[in-house]
Amino acid sequence: MSSIFEKVKAIVVEQLGVDEEEVNMETSFEDLNADSLDIVELVMALEEEFDIEIPDEDAEKIKTVGAAVDYIKENQ
Amino acid sequence: MGVDLRTALVTGASRGIGRAIALQLAADGFAVAVNYAGSEAKANEVVEEIISAGGKAFAIQGDVSRSDQVDEMVQKVLAEFGRIDVLVNNAGITRDNLLMRLKEEDWDAVLDTNLKGLFLCSKSAIKPMIKQRSGRIINITSVVGQMGNAGQGNYAAAKAGVIGLTKTLAKELGSRNITVNAVAPGYIQTDMTDKLSDEVRESLAKTIPLGRLGQPEDVAKVVAFLASESAKYITGQTINVDGGMVMA
Repeated sequence: MSSIFEKVKAIVVEQLGVDEEEVNMETSFEDLNADSLDIVELVMALEEEFDIEIPDEDAEKIKTVGAAVDYIKENQ
Repeated sequence: MGVDLRTALVTGASRGIGRAIALQLAADGFAVAVNYAGSEAKANEVVEEIISAGGKAFAIQGDVSRSDQVDEMVQKVLAEFGRIDVLVNNAGITRDNLLMRLKEEDWDAVLDTNLKGLFLCSKSAIKPMIKQRSGRIINITSVVGQMGNAGQGNYAAAKAGVIGLTKTLAKELGSRNITVNAVAPGYIQTDMTDKLSDEVRESLAKTIPLGRLGQPEDVAKVVAFLASESAKYITGQTINVDGGMVMA
């Protein structure tokens, strides 16, 4: 689980250009000033990293780092 | 596959304006995916013409109004070329009639191909463009979408929709270095306009300041310009290639 979080964190840091310290399980993408297109890109990067497909209706519900980690755990 | 190879997907590229666009982009050094819906033989002719001129191309079947076929098509282009630099949404049909006589199925068919097709193809091709941090989307609209045309309510509505979608996509994707523009042909000599009677064609020519119908190549040159490095600061625009029929 920590490894999924670490990977997600690395992607969030890279995609959104934020500092690692800003990213924890509770962080919402909105807090990191991600706009809707940033989030689309983030989801694309997660799909690639974890080799999963996240349907649009699920992607809309992923609003925090923790939600992304949980989703990946359940669907990997 | 060389990273410097620029690639293009042209929908409806077996005939008419789409064919001219595919040939022009190939001449400009693009590897071209030649999409067709039904005219396989014609699409293969376009591919052969490109290859015999030293270019790179392949034909790919797909109905642009079907999301499953569009997604599959884009995946095949990516598998073949590795990237998509330019998407030309050209595929279009007509089912003309006065609105009060227009059948619902003819409304749907034209809107599905000419407008929904553009949505689906763009949606699918945008993902690789975002990853590339570059891309060009060029939509073929029509003067009919700007000025209306008796007997073409479905076509005019779809083509006006193309212009609205072009502007919206330009705003959504500008931050990712993807430009989105439209080209609005006037009356161009193709199979689509060959159906018109001589009488109609002559009266049409009178409404065109340049006094003649355009050629598919006239449109293709402008599309090629929008696909080129020279056009990198142009987005959200509709460029008319119409002999002066519509002046903004």
